[in-house]
Amino acid sequence: MNKLLNKPRSITDVPFHYCPGCGHGIAHRLLGEVIDELNIIDKTIAVVPVGCAVEAYDYFECDVMEAAHGRAPSVATGIKRCLPESVVVSYQGDGDLAAIGTAETIHMAARGEAVTVIFVNNTIYGMTGGQMAPTTLPLQITQTTPYGRDVLTQGYPLKMCEILAQVKGPSYIERCALDTVPHIRSAKKAIKKAVEYQIKYGAYSFIELLSACPTNWRLSPSAAVKRVGSDMVDYYPLGVYYDKFSEGK
Amino acid sequence: MRQLMKGNEAIAFAAIHSGIKCFFGYPITPQTEIAAYMAENLHKHGGVFLQAESEVSAINMVYGAAGAGFRVMTSSSSPGISLKQEGISYIAAADLPCVIVNVMRAGPGLGGIQAAQSDYFQATKGGGHGDYHLIVLAPSSAQEMAEMTVTAFNLADKWRMPVMILADGVTGQMMELVDMSKLPEVETCEKPWAANGRKGRAEHNIINTLYLSPEELEAVNRRQEEKYEQIKAELQDWEEYNTENADIIIAAYGITARIARAAADRAAEEGIRVGIIRPRTLWPFPVRAFENVTAKILCAELSRGQMVEDVRLAVNGRIQVDFYGRCGGMLADEDEILDKIRRLAGE
Ligand SMILES: Cc1ncc(C[n+]2csc(CCOP(=O)(O)OP(=O)(O)O)c2C)c(N)n1
Ligand code: SF4
Ligand SMILES: [Mg+2]
Repeated sequence: MNKLLNKPRSITDVPFHYCPGCGHGIAHRLLGEVIDELNIIDKTIAVVPVGCAVEAYDYFECDVMEAAHGRAPSVATGIKRCLPESVVVSYQGDGDLAAIGTAETIHMAARGEAVTVIFVNNTIYGMTGGQMAPTTLPLQITQTTPYGRDVLTQGYPLKMCEILAQVKGPSYIERCALDTVPHIRSAKKAIKKAVEYQIKYGAYSFIELLSACPTNWRLSPSAAVKRVGSDMVDYYPLGVYYDKFSEGK
Repeated sequence: MRQLMKGNEAIAFAAIHSGIKCFFGYPITPQTEIAAYMAENLHKHGGVFLQAESEVSAINMVYGAAGAGFRVMTSSSSPGISLKQEGISYIAAADLPCVIVNVMRAGPGLGGIQAAQSDYFQATKGGGHGDYHLIVLAPSSAQEMAEMTVTAFNLADKWRMPVMILADGVTGQMMELVDMSKLPEVETCEKPWAANGRKGRAEHNIINTLYLSPEELEAVNRRQEEKYEQIKAELQDWEEYNTENADIIIAAYGITARIARAAADRAAEEGIRVGIIRPRTLWPFPVRAFENVTAKILCAELSRGQMVEDVRLAVNGRIQVDFYGRCGGMLADEDEILDKIRRLAGE
């Protein structure tokens, strides 16, 4: 029997621990495919976060460093400054990147570090059981916003693509969603372009992936994925926020 | 090759001599000369100086560079070292070699910018969360700052663990003659564990500190414990001065040991035989130095009494251990130490 769809070579045989409908599995696969297609497994170093993707060091075939919560950009910087010829990917969740690690995120962007950031935004702290994240939508119910996020007392969600678009340093910023097939295809294109920019131009890129967390949203996988395309996309508009090297610019 | 330089510059010079690839830092008095020296010189040797946005970030850059297999250093002073503790715990957990310099100033809190030795507990007992140790070296001159920097990199690589140089604001700022021809040999080794890109390696390398299974984590803790026990057996290092037949022994490290020595010499003129035991490693603490001591001990520190606890543990109640300390950034006073000596001798 011929298998039509194979797992990327850059993904190990260790079974993912992600819940059904979770965006992390899709994001991993897309990154794995890109590493395969660009044939860079031997020079890629992935930095993985504290969050639900904490065990991703077991899922990627390339070398991997597990960073402290929010510190992946600094770890990535340390690696890339030593190994300028390598491809460094900083894979982070929204709590990791936009709360505890906001300073590291903004400053790595300001330095235009030759690193590709994959930002999995699921509007929640998945790993710790569903608390408010910096990206939690107004009125969204979480364990620590049981009455819904009240923006007057709990603050407004941070829009990281928009924030980073103000910073001179990034070369490419795009927000994608992991809900429909066309969206997932364009997410893959964005990741590939970001990695290619890193190799070709030594560029910093930031790819945000709107992503479902059915478990902590208390929704079925299919309802959760639908929410990505509705509530999330409404608040976090998809698209290219900056592209230094696109034609016509 | 004798040069007049600040202790901080001696560290920076020796670090470049040791082959560091990167220096990551954040400004704080009284250690900023290290960063300034690196900014000016490291690139000339193919290295990278980078001023981070915080000490938190700097130490995690160190984690990345060390994990990729390169020699890397960061330096700071007390408040900044507190901020680095999370990263230091991760670096220790991941068995990564690196050198961290703390040019101590007085605390707690923002404290002051004058010299102190009040981070002894933090440096030698762990500092961050979890069961771990750093090798801690205590220089008392610019010459030793240079020598110990080379040693620190050698030890870090050999034992695969972070090494801290615990200096103080006086030794860091003071200008002294340094003879660079006396530096120890630079010893390097292969780092097959480094996550530097697979390059055809059969297995991917992982730098990680997460062990969700308690059995597995206990095994990791035990493996490190074995290493620590071996280090305690092999690395204890101290200097003795006039300890034979001494009536009183002063235990002191860093700048305080030099002040104590001046007081000891004056006591000798009065007929009181005072010896000095100066720990050069603070972890492992040189317990062996105190094994055969029968004289009364005076521990002198720029703190309210931190190393004195290790001295008391070392003699285990066998002999009296007295304490003299100044804090807040005040220096130890030769006259005050001499007074203490006279009183102890009279008891
Ligand atoms: C310093 C520190 N603070 C808190 C935690 C606990 N913690 C682990 S994961 C996490 C949140 C992760 O959320 P996010 O980054 O959004 O990732 P997700 O799980 O949603 O993918 C927190 C707070 C920790 N491990 N370390
Ligand atoms: S809790 Fe949420 S983010 Fe974590 S694996 Fe499950 S669905 Fe994914
Ligand atoms: Mg999240």
